[in-house]
Amino acid sequence: MSYSLRRRRVPMAVTAAAAALLLGLAGCGSPDSPATADPSTSAAPGTSAAPGTEQAGGDAASVLTVHDPWVKAAEGGMTAAFGALTNSGDVPVTVVSASTDISPVELHGTSAGHDGAMSMSQKEGGFVIEPNNGLALEPGGDHLMLMELSRPIRAGEEIVITLTLADGRTVEFTAVAKPFAGAQESYAPSHG
Amino acid sequence: MSADRPAVSRRRLLTGGALVAGGALAAGSAVAAATGGRPGTGTGPVAHYGTDVEPFHGERQAGVATIAQAYASFVAFTLRPGTDRETLARMLRLLSDDAARLTRGEPALADTEAELALLPARLTVTFGFGPGFYTAAGRDDRRPESVAPLPAFAIDRLEPAWSGGDLLLQICADDAMTVAHAQRVLVKDARPFATVRWVQQGFRRGRGITDPTQTQHNLFGQLDGTANPAAGTPAFDTAVWRTEPEPWLYGSTTLVLRRIRMDLEGWDLLGRTERELVVGRRLDTGAPLTGTSEHDEPDFAARHANGLTVIPDFAHLTRARVGEDNQKILRRTYNYDAAPAADGTADSGLIFASYQADIARQFLPIQQRLAEADLLNEWTVPIGSAVFAIAPGCRTGDWIGRQLLE
Repeated sequence: MSYSLRRRRVPMAVTAAAAALLLGLAGCGSPDSPATADPSTSAAPGTSAAPGTEQAGGDAASVLTVHDPWVKAAEGGMTAAFGALTNSGDVPVTVVSASTDISPVELHGTSAGHDGAMSMSQKEGGFVIEPNNGLALEPGGDHLMLMELSRPIRAGEEIVITLTLADGRTVEFTAVAKPFAGAQESYAPSHG
Repeated sequence: MSADRPAVSRRRLLTGGALVAGGALAAGSAVAAATGGRPGTGTGPVAHYGTDVEPFHGERQAGVATIAQAYASFVAFTLRPGTDRETLARMLRLLSDDAARLTRGEPALADTEAELALLPARLTVTFGFGPGFYTAAGRDDRRPESVAPLPAFAIDRLEPAWSGGDLLLQICADDAMTVAHAQRVLVKDARPFATVRWVQQGFRRGRGITDPTQTQHNLFGQLDGTANPAAGTPAFDTAVWRTEPEPWLYGSTTLVLRRIRMDLEGWDLLGRTERELVVGRRLDTGAPLTGTSEHDEPDFAARHANGLTVIPDFAHLTRARVGEDNQKILRRTYNYDAAPAADGTADSGLIFASYQADIARQFLPIQQRLAEADLLNEWTVPIGSAVFAIAPGCRTGDWIGRQLLE
């Protein structure tokens, strides 16, 4: 697994503390995840912030990690990404959006309709993860929906996904593409 | 009996209430089994065999020096057309990750039957590369020379259904359920890259049934594997592991997998003495006919009063015997026992798995002698043959085959 918490113009000490915390947490992840970590993004205190991220408050304890991320391999069209989100901080974290460079991404929930069939729709208010709690993104449940792939995602490939939190901070992780037959819940775009 | 079992309505099932309860029950019993606890039936603790782990990571792959598990599935694949080095790397990353998790007793990533992964039972997944793998990778120059189809032997009756293969996954565990789940996970992840060419499933004595280091009988009733070098000895390392400095060779070995049909009907026509003469060993102890215990040195010169050698010149033991450690092979064989025909004719035999550093130096001379003259040939027929390089192992976080592909 990998992730990074990027900030712009944050005092060096805070950035270093956050990086240290992230490195420590990285040890909790599975060492065998094929989603390889990019050390340059998570262990670079003091380096200039990556472009495209917003400044966040100084709440370094509010840390979101992504464990065992994966994405369903697909030739085109829509697909979905999954993983276990963990909030190891002491305040709630809200994921408000997600992005990749190969598809627009929506945050989706899945629910059973009156006929028992599962359908999914955009998650109002994003994914809220309570302090010291987790949220499993999994087939049949909440997930990241890649709405329109600009190219195929092939099995074994690694896709970088960025989550944006309510406070503007971002969490980046690498999801490995798995061949997966399920996760075919019908999509109900008019969720209202 | 059904009175105290609450009815589960279809509606409740669909709305999830029953589903949650069922899931909790299943998870609970899995945990109970994994910890050796009582799952509620009062039958007492189970042995620890289910939770035993064989390490996946290391300089060498597991599943070779590993004490043979009770069940094996050898799954050979044919790479899809157009597979190249980059494709192979994606496949091996996925499969290595699956193997690393499953052998630890953890579900694979995106495992659809996660509960089945919790009891690894010494699961090993061993990766082998056939000649076609090297060609697809554009790495023919890195293929060990003797990892190639074997020369034809007069005794062979090879069937395509059991022969060849670009990639081999050897899946072994002390539990057939564990093997089945691992095979399902691995086949699903291999599917975008390769088609299943053949699967050979075999068995040995169950865990706890005999001393695991003891030589076991095959379905002819013979002790099979007496001459094996013992794991952990210099003789074993000399016979099995390659030591060239090239990273795609160091810590590797080779596998010759032969499917040997055994004619149990014909074997039935022999008396006990004849059976022992064919092999040159006692059926009960495995001792050579000139000795009293299994590992006694055979005396090929010993003769009866009538002048005949005690161990026949064409006995299996006489023909297969080699002296030097670097000429020995490691046999890690499994038995197969398919459904008999309507008239009861058996479809049984050996999945003969032979590991050696160099097929040309070790396996071929033995096989040549046996093919030329071995009394046992009368009752055995090789019907499948495949050759693979068993890649070096990998470290935690790494993947099998990287040394070859990168």
